[in-house]
Amino acid sequence: METSIYAVVAFYGLAATILGAATMVVFMRNIVHSVLFLAITFIAMAGLFLSLDADFIAAVQVLVYAGAVCIMIVLGIMVIQRTDMNETNLFNKQIMAGAGLTALTVAFGAIFAGRTAWVELVAADAVPANTVDAIGALLLSKYVIPFEVAALLLLVALVGAIVLARDEEVQANADN
Amino acid sequence: MLTISLTHYVVLSALLFSIGLFGVLTKRNAVAVLICIELMLNAVNINLVAFSKYITPLDFTGQIFSIFVITVAAAEVGVGLAIIIAIYRNRLTVDLDNFDWLKW
Repeated sequence: METSIYAVVAFYGLAATILGAATMVVFMRNIVHSVLFLAITFIAMAGLFLSLDADFIAAVQVLVYAGAVCIMIVLGIMVIQRTDMNETNLFNKQIMAGAGLTALTVAFGAIFAGRTAWVELVAADAVPANTVDAIGALLLSKYVIPFEVAALLLLVALVGAIVLARDEEVQANADN
Repeated sequence: MLTISLTHYVVLSALLFSIGLFGVLTKRNAVAVLICIELMLNAVNINLVAFSKYITPLDFTGQIFSIFVITVAAAEVGVGLAIIIAIYRNRLTVDLDNFDWLKW
């Protein structure tokens, strides 16, 4: 499968952005800067989804992750951190054990990826130009039960988050 | 040979997953651990969409799965942040090393 030079340049640029920003998310010492780099990671990932012919997923990625999730985390940080933001995102004492376990995971992933015959798996067909129609039809026919369960899950998460984060004392004062 | 194949996306996804895993294991702030879990879920999404393009381009299985992963991740962030806020209200800290109620 031949790819144009633009696709190659786009892939390497987006991959470098994603990995660099994700590394900064982990290594920044200020949690607000971490969330900023997280937003950059998410937007670059939306570009990667566009290069994978998944335009609907790219739109959802920008809306849900870069929009909702990042804003929600920043608001959560603003509620939680009361002192200054410096030194709010440090490493714990298990950094060497964590690095070792991560290296082990990478090694096992590399071993199993090397044993997989990727070339035989690849299909000859191309992705249809209009993906949204097909995804919508599949979500409401073949995958309708998971779709409804996901709606229920979101409702339960919404109610659960409100119940957990609500301050009972504030609520009692409001009643008086 | 200058071409982008499935392997490139799988390698990128594995590296991103490892960065997220390293953060989950080593960060001290509970919100930072939540952020790194998001990175891991996104790495999985890259895998699913790449498999959808290269292996089952007409079935859209991977794209549908990644929609559900995004849904569950959004719910997880909401509930996780609510739990962290509730813990902060009781303990006035989000440092995971101080969350030791179950220790004897």
